[in-house]
Amino acid sequence: MMRLPKFEYRVAREIRDAVRMIADAGPAGQFVAGGTDLYPNMKRRQQTPRTVISVTRLSELNQITGDGSSGVKIGASVTLTDVCEHPMIKRDYPVVAHAARTISTPILRNMGTIGGNLLLDTRCNYYDQNYEWRKGINFCLKKDGDVCWVAPGSSKCWAVQSSDLVPVMVAIGAKLRFLSTLGERVVEAAGVYNDDGIDYLHKRADELLVDIHLPPTNGWRASYQKLRRRGAFDFPVLGVAAYVKTDRPGGTVIDAKVVLGGIAPAPVQVTEAELALVGERLDRDQILAAAEAAYIKARPLDNTDFVMNWRKQMAREYTIRALESLSS
Amino acid sequence: MSKKTSKNGDLNVVGKPFRKVDARAKCVGQTKFADDIFLPRMLYCKMLRSHEPHALIKKIDTSKAEKLPGVIAILTGKELPIPYGILPVSQDEHALCIDKVRFIGDPVAAVAAVDEDVAFDAMNLIVVEYVRLNTISTIEEALLIEEPRIHEYGDGGNVHKKVSLEFGDVQQGFRDADLIREDTFFYEGNTHLPMEQHAAVAHFDADGKLTLWSSTQTPHYVHRALAKVLEMPASHIRVIATPNGGGFGGKSDPFNHEIVVAKLAIMTGRPVKVTLTREEVFYCHRGRHPVLMKVKTGVKKNGAITGMHFQSFLDGGAYGSYGVASTFYTGALQTVTYDVPRYKFEGVRCFTNKPPCGPKRGHGTPQPRYALEVHLDKIAEQLKLDPVEIRRQHLVKPNSLTANYLRIGSMGLGTCIDKVVKGSDWKNKFSGWDRPNRKLPEGKGIGIACSSYICGAGLPIYWNSMPQSGVQLRLDRQGGVCVMCGSIDIGQGSDSILAYIVAEVLGIDPFDIRVVTADTDLTPVDLGSYSSRVTLMTGNAAIQAAERARELLVIAVAEKLGVPIENLSLAERRVFDVENPETGVSFAEAVVLAESKFGTIGTVGSYSPPPSPGKYKGAGVGPSPAYSYSASVAEVDVDSATGIVTVERIWIAHDIGKSINPMLVMGQVEGSVYMGLGEILMEEMTYRTNRNVVHKFPSMLEYKSPTTMEMCDVKTYLIEDADPNGPFGAKEVGQGPLLPVPPAVANAVYDAVGVRIDEVPITPEKVLKALREKARGRDPRYGPLSVPTVSWPEPLKVLTPAEGGDGKEMPRVAVHS
Amino acid sequence: MTDKARIKFNLNGEPAEVAFAPHKTLLEVLREDLGLTGTKHGCELGECGTCTILVDGRAVLSCLMLGLDAEGHDVKTVEGMADGAELHPLQDTFANLGAAQCGYCSPGFLLVAEELLKKNPRPTRDEIKEALSGNLCRCTGYIKIYEAVELAAARMRGEEMQLPEEAVYGLK
Repeated sequence: MMRLPKFEYRVAREIRDAVRMIADAGPAGQFVAGGTDLYPNMKRRQQTPRTVISVTRLSELNQITGDGSSGVKIGASVTLTDVCEHPMIKRDYPVVAHAARTISTPILRNMGTIGGNLLLDTRCNYYDQNYEWRKGINFCLKKDGDVCWVAPGSSKCWAVQSSDLVPVMVAIGAKLRFLSTLGERVVEAAGVYNDDGIDYLHKRADELLVDIHLPPTNGWRASYQKLRRRGAFDFPVLGVAAYVKTDRPGGTVIDAKVVLGGIAPAPVQVTEAELALVGERLDRDQILAAAEAAYIKARPLDNTDFVMNWRKQMAREYTIRALESLSS
Repeated sequence: MSKKTSKNGDLNVVGKPFRKVDARAKCVGQTKFADDIFLPRMLYCKMLRSHEPHALIKKIDTSKAEKLPGVIAILTGKELPIPYGILPVSQDEHALCIDKVRFIGDPVAAVAAVDEDVAFDAMNLIVVEYVRLNTISTIEEALLIEEPRIHEYGDGGNVHKKVSLEFGDVQQGFRDADLIREDTFFYEGNTHLPMEQHAAVAHFDADGKLTLWSSTQTPHYVHRALAKVLEMPASHIRVIATPNGGGFGGKSDPFNHEIVVAKLAIMTGRPVKVTLTREEVFYCHRGRHPVLMKVKTGVKKNGAITGMHFQSFLDGGAYGSYGVASTFYTGALQTVTYDVPRYKFEGVRCFTNKPPCGPKRGHGTPQPRYALEVHLDKIAEQLKLDPVEIRRQHLVKPNSLTANYLRIGSMGLGTCIDKVVKGSDWKNKFSGWDRPNRKLPEGKGIGIACSSYICGAGLPIYWNSMPQSGVQLRLDRQGGVCVMCGSIDIGQGSDSILAYIVAEVLGIDPFDIRVVTADTDLTPVDLGSYSSRVTLMTGNAAIQAAERARELLVIAVAEKLGVPIENLSLAERRVFDVENPETGVSFAEAVVLAESKFGTIGTVGSYSPPPSPGKYKGAGVGPSPAYSYSASVAEVDVDSATGIVTVERIWIAHDIGKSINPMLVMGQVEGSVYMGLGEILMEEMTYRTNRNVVHKFPSMLEYKSPTTMEMCDVKTYLIEDADPNGPFGAKEVGQGPLLPVPPAVANAVYDAVGVRIDEVPITPEKVLKALREKARGRDPRYGPLSVPTVSWPEPLKVLTPAEGGDGKEMPRVAVHS
Repeated sequence: MTDKARIKFNLNGEPAEVAFAPHKTLLEVLREDLGLTGTKHGCELGECGTCTILVDGRAVLSCLMLGLDAEGHDVKTVEGMADGAELHPLQDTFANLGAAQCGYCSPGFLLVAEELLKKNPRPTRDEIKEALSGNLCRCTGYIKIYEAVELAAARMRGEEMQLPEEAVYGLK
C-alpha cells in the first residue's frame, strides 16, 4: 500500500491562523485543501512537507458570492463539484462550470477544490512516479536530480501546467487574491503562472490563495476544449480556452484571447491569435488564422500521454473547435 | 456425460440466471481478499526492487536497515538459491535475485517489520552495488545482440525459444492459389490490471506447518514452487488461494513475493504479509506479449485458403514464465476457424530487460487473431468478396481434424456470424469495398471478425497422467452438501458453477450447497483458473462426483420405498418416484438412508481431457476438449481531423455450447468486449528504451483502462450448440469473446476512413498519420514494414490428416548443403 | 513509533472512536485500526475509485483523506449500506444481476451509486455513466453495473421493473 510519510498536520480555523501557521512552518510548510494533488505527491515522495496546514475549515474560503452582472468571488476551498453544479456559475459562467466538470472524476471533484486546481503542481511523466521509479532514471531536475529528461540539454524544468481551469481563468481575466502575514494582493491570473516547471507560480510559499474573482459577464463569451485519452480521470494534455468579446452579438471582435494549457510549464497565451481575431467578425478565415497561430505557438514535449507531434497538431484543431463554438 | 444429466428440457438449475453463491458477500464487504487478512503479531514485508534494468549484483549491504527499530528480518537471494518457474522448461526465476538483475522491478532483498512504514524505510536503507550491463530492449536488439545474454539458457544469444512446424507442403498450397498475399502486423504488449493488487500472507506454525494465503489463480503450482524453493515436503505446506480481485492471467505464475513471505514467516515465526503497490503489479506483469507478425496466405478466387505461413516474433521480457507455451499459442489456433489445409508456423521468443510477459486473457492468441482477421479482410477486398462471405463460406467443419491435428467438436461459428450480421444490419451498412458509393457516411464504418478459443488445454503444464481436475463431495445426514475443489474463483463464478452443477444432479437448491475451494489441505487438485479450463473440467468432475453420490442415494431410497431404481428422480430437494411423485423422501432423509446403508457418504469425481490426436513435438499446445467460437461486428466513428476512433457499438455472438448460467455468460462476454476494446484503443505497456528501459507509466492513471465513458454499447447473442465434451454441453466464455473485438474494430476503421492500422493499439496519432499518407496518395497504412531476418530451424514436418498423416512428425531427412 | 491520534466520528450510523498514527489515511484507519476491510484499494493515489466511501453523504476517496479529517463527520462504508439484515436495494441488484464479478471494485461502485440515487432518483443511462466514471472495473465492462443501478433506482422509487430478457439471456 502506498502510504504517506510522517508529517505534522494542523487545521486552521481562522484565516489569520492559517497564514500564521504557514509563516511559522517556514519552507517545510504546505497548505492543503482537497489533498487530491498533494497527498499522491507525498505518497510518491515528490513532495515531503514537514507541516501540512488544512484550509478546508475556513468559512471565507468556502463561499461563492456575486453573480454575472457584478462579478463573482469563489472561495479557494470550494470543491470542484460545487463549482460545476452551482446554478449561478452554470448560468453566468458556463465556461467555468464546463472546464471544472472536465476535471478528473466525480469523486475527485467532490474532494478537489478550485484553489487546489489553480495551484496544481506541474506534471510530467518523469516526475509523477514513485521514489523507486525515479531512482531508476537517477531522478530529475524537478526533484532530487539535476537533469530534465524531457529536454536533457535544458537548464529549466519542462513539467506541464495541467489544470483545466488555469487557461480559462487566464482567458477570461480572472483575478486571484492571496493573503500572507505581510498582507494581501490581488493579481491577474495571467500574472500568477511562470514558465518553469519547478518555480511555476509567482507566489510565495507562505501566501494563501483566498478566492478567485471572475469578471462581470458584459458581452464576452468563452469556451474550453480539452484533449485527453479518456472521458474521466485524465489530466489535459492540451486545453484550449478561447475568449471573445464583440461589439454586439455576431458583430466585430473587440477583444479576444486564446490560451493553451497542458503543453508547457505555464499557460500559453497566443497573442498572434488574438491579433488575427480583433477587428474582424468571428468567421471561418479568422478562426483558421488564429488556429494556425496556436499551432505555431504550441510546442509540447514528450512528457505526457500521447505523441507530442500529434498534440501540437491538435492545438490547431482544438482552437478551431473552441472558437467555432463561440461563433454560432 | 451420462444421459440422465444431459437431457435438456428438464433442467432445474443449469441454464437459469441464479445469482452467484458468493455474490452477496461481495456486495456487503464480507469477502476476504488476501490483503483483508490480519493475523496477531503479523509483520509487513516490503521488497527492494532493482532500479537497474540489467546489472550484476556486486554487494548488498543490509546493515543500516537491520539497525532500524521495528525491523525483524531481512532476506536476500542467497538464502533462497533454488530457481523456479511455471514451466518445467524454464525454471529461470529466483525469489530474490542472487547475482544478477534483469529488469527494473526485479526484487533483490526483502524486509519484514512491525508495520509497513518501517518496512518501507528499511527497504530504502538497503544499499545494493551494481555493475551495469548493456540492455536489450526490443525484439530486434535481442535477435541481433548475442552478448550480454540475459539468461544462460535458450536457443542462443538472447533468443529464448525458436519453433518451426510445417503441416503438409505449404509451398504446394501456395502453388495452388489464385492469390498470395503477405502482411505484417504488430500487437503491442498490455497488462491485466486486476483491480486487486497481488497480496499474500504466510504463517508458519509451531508444529512446522506453513500456510500461505495468496491472491493466485494457481494454488497448486504455487504449492509446488514453495515445496521446491523452500525445500520442504509439500505435505507440510498449505496454500489457500483467496478470492482473486481480478486475475485475467496475471496471477497464474508462482511469484517471488509468495515465496519471500513464506520464507520470512519461517525465519521469524510470525505471520508475514506482503501487499504489492500498483507499480509493483506492473513489474509482476506476465501480460500480453508484444508480437510482431508476418502472415502469408494463398487463396482461391472464392476465398478458400490453400496454404498459410505464419511467423511470430515475441518480446518475452526478462523471464520465461509461460513464454514457451505463449510462443506456440501464437501459431496454434489459426487453423480452427477457417479451413487451412496446409500450414507452416515459425515463432521466436526473445528475452529483453523488461518485466516478463506471460498469459493474459486469450493467451498468445489475440495477436495472431488480429493479424489473421485483418489480413483476411484485405484478401476479401482484393478478391472483391464480402468479408462476411469469405469467412462464412470456408468454416472448419464440426467433428473434424485440422491440419495441425486439433480435434474440432461442436462448431457454432456459422450461426454466430449469421446473428451478428443480421443484428448489425450489415447488408445495409457495409458498402462492399465501394468507397465512392458508401452506405454509411464517410467517417462511420463497420467491420467483422471471428475467432475461436480453447476450453482448457489438452495437456497439463508439467508432465503427468493424473486428472486435471478433481472434485470431492460430502453429504451429511442433515442434508448438507459440501463440494470441494481446488479451483479458485477469480470473479468468473467458478464456485457458483460447482454449486449449480451439483445442485442440478442432486435435485437441490444451489444455495443449499457449501462450496470449499482452492485450499490444498482440503480440496482435491484442480490445476487452476487459466486456459478457460474451469467450467469444462471442474464441471465434468463435479458431475461425476455428484452422479456417484446420487447413485448411492437412489439405491438406498429405492430399497426403502420399494420402487425400481430407474424410477427415482431427484428434484426440489426430494427423491421421488417419477410415476408416483408423492411417493418419496426428502433429500435429507435420502442421505440418512444412504449413510445408514453405506456409511459416511463421500464421493469423488475427476476429469482428464481426451487424448490429443497430435503426437508431434509441440503438439501439447492447441489441443482442447472443445473450442468456443465468437463472431463480432464493430461499428465505429473516426474523426478525420484528429484520428480519434470512437467505438459506438459491438455486436457479438458467442458459441457457448450451453450456458450453465446465462447471466454469468453475458457478464463474461461483456467483460471480454471491454478488455478487447481497451487493447485495441488505448492500453499499452511501453518503456523508455533510451532511459534505462523504465516502464513509461506504471500507474492506474497513465496506463489507460477504459472508463464508463469509453465503454461502448454491446449487443450479445449466446449460441447454444452443446458440445459432447462439455458439462451439460458447456464450453468456455471467459477468454474467447475478447478475440474478435480488436480486429473487428480495425476492419471498421478501414471501412470508415480507408486506412489500415496494422498495429495495436489504434491510437489517434496512427490514424491521423495514415490519413495523411492517404491524402498524399501513398499507402494508406500504419504498421510495421518488415520483420527481422531469423535463421529458423528446419521445420518439423507433419503430414496432415488429409495427406494420410498419423499425427507424428516425419523423420528428419539429413539433406544439407 | 509515532504517538497516536484519537478521533470521534459517526461510522455507519454509530458513534465510533479510534486511535491511530496521525499520518494515516482514512482508508488505512478503516481497514487496519477498525477492521472494516470492505473498503478496498487499487492504487492509493486517487487513480481508480476503488476505495470510495461516503463522508456526509458525499463520495470521497478514502486513500486521499486523512483519518484525522473524519473527526466529527458521518462516514459510511459498504458495511453500513444494509439496513440490518436487509440489503440495500443496490447491493441486492448488484448481487442478483452479476454486477459484482470479482467484487473488488463493487464497494466503491455501490457507494457512488448510492450518492447518485440520493441526488437523482431517476438517472438516465448517460447520467449513470457519468456518475460512475471515476470508478474502474476490469471485469464487467460496466454494463451489468448500469443495469443493477437502474433496477435498484426503480425499486427505490417503488416501481416494478423487470430487466429486458436480453440482459440476462442475450438477444435472440
